[in-house]
Amino acid sequence: MPEVATRELTFAQAVREALAEEMRRDSRVCIFGEDVAEAGTPFKVLSGLVEEFGAERVIDTPISEAGFTGMGVGAAMTGLRPVVDIMFGDFLTLTMDQMVNQAAKVHYMSGGTWKVPMVVRTTLGATRRSAAQHSQSLHAWLSHVPGLKVVLPSTPYDAKGLLKTAIRDENPVVFFEDKMMYKLKGPVPEGEYTIPLGVADVKREGEDITIVATSSMVQVALGAAELLEKIGLSAEVIDPRTTWPLDEKTLIESAKKTSRAMVIDEGYGRYGVTGEIASVIAEGAFYNLEAPVKRMGAMHVPIPFSPPLEDVTVPTDQTVFEAARALCGKA
Amino acid sequence: MTIATDSSKTNTGTKAEQSIRMYRRMVMIRLFEEQVNELYTRALMPGLAHLYVGEEAVAVGICEALKPSDYITSTHRGHGHCVAKGASPDRMFAELLGKEAGYCRGKGGSMHIADPATGNLGANAIVGGSAGIATGAALSAKRLGTGQVAVCFFGEGALGQGVLYEVMNLAALWKLPVIYVCENNLYTEYTHYSETTAGDILARGTAFGVHAESVDGQDVRAVHATAQKLVDRARKGEGPAFLLCNTYRYTGHHVGDINREYYRSKQEEQMWKTERDPIKNFATWMIDQKITDATKLQTIEDEVRAEMKAAVEFAIAAPYPTIDEVDQDVYA
Ligand SMILES: Cc1ncc(C[n+]2csc(CCOP(=O)(O)OP(=O)(O)O)c2C)c(N)n1
Repeated sequence: MPEVATRELTFAQAVREALAEEMRRDSRVCIFGEDVAEAGTPFKVLSGLVEEFGAERVIDTPISEAGFTGMGVGAAMTGLRPVVDIMFGDFLTLTMDQMVNQAAKVHYMSGGTWKVPMVVRTTLGATRRSAAQHSQSLHAWLSHVPGLKVVLPSTPYDAKGLLKTAIRDENPVVFFEDKMMYKLKGPVPEGEYTIPLGVADVKREGEDITIVATSSMVQVALGAAELLEKIGLSAEVIDPRTTWPLDEKTLIESAKKTSRAMVIDEGYGRYGVTGEIASVIAEGAFYNLEAPVKRMGAMHVPIPFSPPLEDVTVPTDQTVFEAARALCGKA
Repeated sequence: MTIATDSSKTNTGTKAEQSIRMYRRMVMIRLFEEQVNELYTRALMPGLAHLYVGEEAVAVGICEALKPSDYITSTHRGHGHCVAKGASPDRMFAELLGKEAGYCRGKGGSMHIADPATGNLGANAIVGGSAGIATGAALSAKRLGTGQVAVCFFGEGALGQGVLYEVMNLAALWKLPVIYVCENNLYTEYTHYSETTAGDILARGTAFGVHAESVDGQDVRAVHATAQKLVDRARKGEGPAFLLCNTYRYTGHHVGDINREYYRSKQEEQMWKTERDPIKNFATWMIDQKITDATKLQTIEDEVRAEMKAAVEFAIAAPYPTIDEVDQDVYA
């Protein structure tokens, strides 16, 4: 975290500031996607950028995700540094050939000759009453594929520093923003800083249990940690910040220290991020663990529209608190 | 359920009865959407909705040419298609509020209404997402010899999606009974279609040998006449068609899109509302033709308004699904 926090920005403002700074710094950086220019995206994250950088660099596209993501790959290989905007993470499915068979493979297949310095910015997260095709958290899909890096910021500070690094990276990076977090405020220092990919952040220190949480679930974990404190349990909350590269060491060290661990992520648990991280911890901290690693993710259903149903599909402060308490033998 | 569907009556009766039926359906859509907007502004509806106001003649003209057993696929802007195909407003409102009595037991919401009883294969929140489904339904109809036709509704934004071109090629190759109805309301979300659409829209169909025509989407009679011709052709095994309907959405991309001046002018909106309104213009025509008079049309409007109010009240009073519903119906 910054030493002196002189001001607060929203998550959306932090993302926009990172883009603006990188576009000023490097004229090769450009943005393309649907309604990114005058509209500044439906979430208004990009408002003002077209005014500063012009329609040559902030480019509205047709609704052609496969096409313009593929163009991002080609443009990245040949001298631009595109930041491709996929409005909802659910639409990543339309880009999967471009991401998985093209972007992820080009560098390796070409024997290390071609590079794809591209960022895909997109969203994740439910509870916006947007139903099954606008609420998914599909970051595990991309994390599965060698050649892609995956970033999951959970605070305005992290969003800015990680996005700047992602844009400067020589590889395809997928950057997931929790759409429910855009208005969240947090300290962001004035001036230049970056955050390396692959370095976890301890969001709260604790002794009794390690809660590893990503993206939207970091706030939930912190909320649960508050509740745990009230019953005398001290939780350490760790945000890996990137699912690939993954800071295994920090996760394992924390689990060794606390001897109990749980992992929370808004994607589906099965074959997902929680499974991967839990196994990293189980392998690395096995002899120090006093309980099996617990996982919590989205319920294994398409996200329902109906509010009372949707609300039970994602972990909450309360459900995480209860699971953590049980894991500590205090149920 | 308070309101019966009258889809069984489509394609029957005299020309005058047909006109009245189309008028009523358009008014139903308009007043349905009025209530949706009201629910949104009163914070009674979860999430957002994309209103069909201004485009009523397209859905009504097309669906008037269909049988109840014919298929449609719909879009995020789908309420009009559902009503036109015969869905009942009370179960639609219930769905919009996430209630158990809704068409999808509350699981789908505004963008996903589906109803096998009226041939509605489902609204789709992925732009272009139903092009494959509609074309597949046409394949079934052909293979099973049922004589059904499938209509794929989509906005001009879907012209950006490659899947549409893949399936139009297939539909032409296999002479499938499917009609691709492109509703060009001039804007995708916040961008004029001319900024995202190169070349000629109809040529996108004819390039594959798909019969293509365009029609004034504000004129329900023209839409219906053209649709009837294309549906008859498809039913006779003469293959797919592409119908471009030129239309306009009166309100925002969704109910929350209030300040629109950065992408279109108030004068433009006003022009469409005053000069091109499908309901007003059709009413004038019917009165001119002595099919009906202003009093009778007012009665229809009053009846529909009462029907919509009752439907909303039904939906508000209806219970939510119980929590144990959440993991039901993941698999068949
Ligand atoms: C594949 C995909 N990309 C983007 C979106 C986001 N989106 C929803 S509606 C819309 C505009 C659709 O325009 P059009 O097809 O013309 O239909 P209209 O809204 O004008 O009725 C967009 C971009 C989406 N739902 N699906």
